[in-house]
Amino acid sequence: MSAALLIEQLLNGLQFGVMLFLMAAGLTLIFGVMGLINLAHGSLYMIGAFAAAGTAALTGSFWLALAAALMAAALVGAIVEMVVIRRLYDRDHLDQVLATFALILIFSEGTRFLFGSLPLYLDTPDILSGPTTLPGGLDYSKYRLFIIGVGLAIAGGLFWLIGRTRLGIQIRAGEADREMIAALGVDIRKLYTLVFALGAALAGLAGAMIGAIQAVEVGMGEPVLILAFVVIVIGGIGSIKGAFIGALLVGLTDTLGRVLLPQVFGLIMDASSATTVGASLASMAIYILMAGILLFRPSGLFGGQT
Amino acid sequence: MAFRTLALAGLLATTSTMALAEDVRIGMITTLSGGGAGLGIDVRDGFMLAMEQAGRDDIEMIIEDDERAPDRAVQQADRMIQSDDVDIMTGIIWSNLAMAVIPSATAQGVFYLSPNAGPSQLAGAACHENYFNVAWQNDNLHEAAGAYANTEGYTNSFILAPNYPAGRDALTGYQRMYEGDVAQEVYTQLGQTDYAAEISQIRNSGADSVYFFLPGGMGIAFVRQYAEAGVDIPLVGPAFSFDQGILGAVGESALGVRNTSQWSHDLDNPANVAFVEAFEAEYDRLPSLYASQGYDTANLILSALDVAHPDDADAFREALRAADFDSTRGDFEFGPNHHPIQDIYVREVVEHGDGLTNVIVGTALEDRGDAYADQCNM
Repeated sequence: MSAALLIEQLLNGLQFGVMLFLMAAGLTLIFGVMGLINLAHGSLYMIGAFAAAGTAALTGSFWLALAAALMAAALVGAIVEMVVIRRLYDRDHLDQVLATFALILIFSEGTRFLFGSLPLYLDTPDILSGPTTLPGGLDYSKYRLFIIGVGLAIAGGLFWLIGRTRLGIQIRAGEADREMIAALGVDIRKLYTLVFALGAALAGLAGAMIGAIQAVEVGMGEPVLILAFVVIVIGGIGSIKGAFIGALLVGLTDTLGRVLLPQVFGLIMDASSATTVGASLASMAIYILMAGILLFRPSGLFGGQT
Repeated sequence: MAFRTLALAGLLATTSTMALAEDVRIGMITTLSGGGAGLGIDVRDGFMLAMEQAGRDDIEMIIEDDERAPDRAVQQADRMIQSDDVDIMTGIIWSNLAMAVIPSATAQGVFYLSPNAGPSQLAGAACHENYFNVAWQNDNLHEAAGAYANTEGYTNSFILAPNYPAGRDALTGYQRMYEGDVAQEVYTQLGQTDYAAEISQIRNSGADSVYFFLPGGMGIAFVRQYAEAGVDIPLVGPAFSFDQGILGAVGESALGVRNTSQWSHDLDNPANVAFVEAFEAEYDRLPSLYASQGYDTANLILSALDVAHPDDADAFREALRAADFDSTRGDFEFGPNHHPIQDIYVREVVEHGDGLTNVIVGTALEDRGDAYADQCNM
């Protein structure tokens, strides 16, 4: 495999990784701060994508569509937190899973009712469409570079928010001891709504950005949700740093696995069965990675000691 | 998520409880939501158009959405066979679902007429006297594409398909006729939505052509991302990769691409002209090949019902085998393994009104049966 191809695949893996990070960051924050398993996080991703596709169809502007996706997902997130999720904090995880699974069904059918069951399409803006030539003569899609840029910028922003701001202190305190920070006079209800809306907005943004290269359709969030859970389990639940490292690991493992495994098997068997076996094994690669990491670090790479 | 439609053909207000003993029940399990929805919706709409035109009030339809999930399709089929007591089943789009449902359905005495999936196993060793495929054997369109690639002078193809029965049949079929070299053979996941890794491999492969089989939402995602990545190696595909639904979503980037199909909306025969006109009038969009397959399947069933009731299995089977109906494909007959023997055409994507469509530019294979008929012992 040539160096150019390897670099291109690393970029593909990085792009997939930062997209997963946007999903996983919200999921891990919500679990870390509120102790809530939110299966409906994938629905927020879908809502972002549909809000973007709807806005783009009305206004023709990609940037307005991105803004609409952020706002719609944050708004829906805040409403859901106040109406449904708030009642679940004191219940056990099974009740939470059941309630948020019901939310998936409600959001999926609701979206199908509003938009129909055929996929919608979102166009990339002119300024970002087509390839660009990177230093070294490598052609790469401008839009995928844009996703990488946005993802890294948001990762930086989140580290700053968690590590350097008053809100970040409250979030970290909430993770450590919920009752204590409530006793210290922090409005814990407002904090929870804010964290939930923030997580929802990130998921919505991811959905909108990915919607422009894939299809916007009902149920698009669930496959990503599963991967996002893998990411936070690998990274350690509740850790933003863990989510970032986990997302990049999963993105790179998946992309490089798809490319390299068939070639590795090609060394020991004929081309046709090597591609079949390689492709099958590649789809398992990230789960093998997760199992391997959990074997040595049961609470994930950056998880607290249990 | 599951929903259930009881539609009485002819839209008469007869309730199912009042149905007479000799009524016919047809169970349709197809994909109506998710990334494969366009295919199932077209098959259903084509099928229901023919039913409506026939205006019979003795046929009861039970339609279910399988969401492209094999376990769901198996459950729905069990319910249709065991409690709804259907006589005929149809509708499945995806070959992995077909392999999970059809052998057990035909073993329980139900007639199965496939409007789409045609896995090689069911054409060969696992063929069954109650199983008919009205569309094609999976390999057919890919064989034609392989033959077409030879005439174009392509000698180094990058070939790509999802890793499921029809995907493996596709690449086997292409290589059966194609005489050049294969730059690289890649299998993706069924339902995959991101093709960045594969497109990078294509860019670096040195191939002179890309043959890809990615139906439904997968094809849309691939063609859009391929154009986005700016790779200029020509694409070749079966009709599934450039059907009417995909063309509507990918836009200009597909213009001029050649693909192979057993049907096209400009095929000039009376049945097809009438079908295209009626479909556009009813649904306000151009029919796809999937719609034509659904329409042909319904008309084949109707032609056989005119002769015998499915309870008289031998007579009904003979009537199906005779294929005495006006196919949108013109000539239509079944081979010994109940798969079509038909011409396969080369189509080109051209502009049509505001959008794109396919028109026939040549014939790739004439009276093509399939490669598995010899292995079938029924």
